Amino acid sequence: MIKQVYIYKSFERFWHWTQAVIIFMLVITGFEIHRFITFFGYGNAVRYHNIAAYSFIVLIVFAIFWHFTTGAWRQYLPTRKNLKAQMDYYLLGIFRNAPHPTKKTVLSKLNPLQKLVYLGLKVLVIPVIVFSGLMYMFYRYPQGNTIRVLNIQSVEVFAIIHTIGAFLLVAFIIAHLYLITTGLTITSNLKAMITGYEELEDEEQLQIDKNDISNGSEDSISDTITKS
Amino acid sequence: MKKIIFILFLIAIITISAIGLLRDNSYQPTRLDELLENYPKEYTPSADHSQFEILKKKFSSPQQVTEACNSCHTERHKEVMQSNHWNWTREEYVEGRGIISLGKINAINNFCIGVEGNEQSCAKCHVGYGMTSSMFSFTDPKNIDCLVCHDNSDTYAKASEKGGAPDISVNFNTVAQSVGKPGRSNCGVCHFYGGGGNNVKHGDLEESMFEPTRDVDIHMASDGADMSCIECHTTEKHVIKGKVYSLSSMNRNRSECEQCHTSSPHEQSILNEHTYKVACQTCHIPIYAKVNATKTHWDWSTAGKLKNGEPYSEEDADGNHTYLSIKGSFVWGKNLKPEYIWFNGTADHYLLGDVINDTSKPLTLNTMHGSYTDETSKIYPVKIHRAVQPYDPVNKILIQPKLFADEKGEGALWKDFNWLRASEVGMKEVHLPFSGKIAFIKTEMYWPINHMVSTKDLSVSCTECHSRENSRLAQLNDFYMPGRDYSRFVETAGVGIILLTLLGVFVHGAVRIIASNKKERK
Repeated sequence: MIKQVYIYKSFERFWHWTQAVIIFMLVITGFEIHRFITFFGYGNAVRYHNIAAYSFIVLIVFAIFWHFTTGAWRQYLPTRKNLKAQMDYYLLGIFRNAPHPTKKTVLSKLNPLQKLVYLGLKVLVIPVIVFSGLMYMFYRYPQGNTIRVLNIQSVEVFAIIHTIGAFLLVAFIIAHLYLITTGLTITSNLKAMITGYEELEDEEQLQIDKNDISNGSEDSISDTITKS
Repeated sequence: MKKIIFILFLIAIITISAIGLLRDNSYQPTRLDELLENYPKEYTPSADHSQFEILKKKFSSPQQVTEACNSCHTERHKEVMQSNHWNWTREEYVEGRGIISLGKINAINNFCIGVEGNEQSCAKCHVGYGMTSSMFSFTDPKNIDCLVCHDNSDTYAKASEKGGAPDISVNFNTVAQSVGKPGRSNCGVCHFYGGGGNNVKHGDLEESMFEPTRDVDIHMASDGADMSCIECHTTEKHVIKGKVYSLSSMNRNRSECEQCHTSSPHEQSILNEHTYKVACQTCHIPIYAKVNATKTHWDWSTAGKLKNGEPYSEEDADGNHTYLSIKGSFVWGKNLKPEYIWFNGTADHYLLGDVINDTSKPLTLNTMHGSYTDETSKIYPVKIHRAVQPYDPVNKILIQPKLFADEKGEGALWKDFNWLRASEVGMKEVHLPFSGKIAFIKTEMYWPINHMVSTKDLSVSCTECHSRENSRLAQLNDFYMPGRDYSRFVETAGVGIILLTLLGVFVHGAVRIIASNKKERK
């Protein structure tokens, strides 16, 4: 039975959309600094990029806090269960209108592919971008800084790493924007991220999941989901 | 409760961003207000020299004027005789050479090449009288020319080719009674005409700077701050701050923008950060030679051609010489963008007699040291004067030819137009060997651009340097600069990944649409 379920809490939606706006700003201004596009003017692009970067870091701090206090970080623990099935679905099943192999629940919102990609973003791409960006922002020429550690000889390494991160992030955004159309209906994922409510399996099923997570076994959640 | 916190947080971020975006940029450094207050103040000298009896008596020689000066200013001549303006040389430490005496007297340039042997002509810009040969005595205080710097009547002038003597038209009483602080015209009469004509040498110092407009120079503008040279080139006991690296070697006694403007004069910290590695002049002097052209290239090898046995000259549309039989061919430039170098305040020089190691590439006559990795280096704007000048291919040393003489037959190039003879005589006078062979070598001289500061709206903008094409700093490629530099591999791979992702999305989407259409039809 399909039911409207409140799946994205207000913080999650706020976090998601603020992040979307900030990353959009960072991409536009970043590629202007990189001289791919001209939009704000170079000086402004640098200024806006820095402001957006600070905002992003503040947001990340809040998001990390939220993830740990709510236990939501467990959502990203990778699993091999269903990974192949999920790939098969995107490569074949989706064209035959086959059902999603992974069922979305409040406590397990991500399919195995999403888990992998988001984990990669969170532990690799974003930290690398943030770190290289901070070095970019705060590196000083040898005589310029009282913090000796930041007296690096050249920004080149950090600049290039930062650029790699930017390309990966843009590729992610393109894929992400497309994949949100692969929900139950074309717009159901988008609606869910706006309203918080999504049509999901019935309440009973959720109840079972909840019991499982309280037992603390991640695998058992996946098992339950797979079985269901 | 949670919702309220989230909303407050959201408002905070929006506010911070808005403050950042809308912040007002028109900023006046407080120091500038102080300066603006001080500069219009009229200077009143402590003595009126027209009241002094000693300056009313009849002078029969310029030396008598100097004696009159010295009779009251009893110690000043000692200061002058310590100065480069008098000695044309000074002790300098040069890495690899040690402490050497360096100055006009023994350096070589790629304009009129060198002073030695040509003193009688060159001494028109010496603060003394009677330098008619290399035997000039630098010890007689009577020969100090006080007037060339301190004349405030604008009637003093030195005669051409008379070893520094004043022009016969000069009325010593008028000049002596007018004396005061040097103005722009006192300095300019020599420093604007170096190299044998207006703006030949510097490019940023020329006769439009006598009464410049704000567009030409924001500091000296007669319709603006109207500053004189010595307000930046502050002087104590005849020691004048500032020097030019065509002759200087050491990082000392420099006249710098920071004296007034501090090293962080901008409101935006990103601009202040630039001052770690970028000199003020680099952004604030976007072009030089704004009014009259400056010489950019001098080819000595064509000198000596005659028409009907007579020397001749050719001019371009603006009236600048493009050819002179006595000097060769020239190229001039106006409204020039400077070239840029790393510079740490030290330099080395080609000195008379130095052996040229590699004659196949241009020889730099004044090497200005610096690099990105050198902590004390900054990017400076320079005019590079390129020339082709004579050298001895056997001994591998630059030739100091005899250029000037009073009469024909003394071997001077400017009278006899004979390179061989001029080189023979010239090299003999500087006590250097000459093989009898003359060849020509490309040489370069670096002239830091420090004047003709533009209004701030005309400063070099971000993208004039931070640019992939036509960056002003395209030649300085020993460092990574955002906006100009990138990794070709990362660029290709990155764009590739994005294109592949787009392709994947479109193909996947298209197949989905086709599949669902089929299903509907069924």
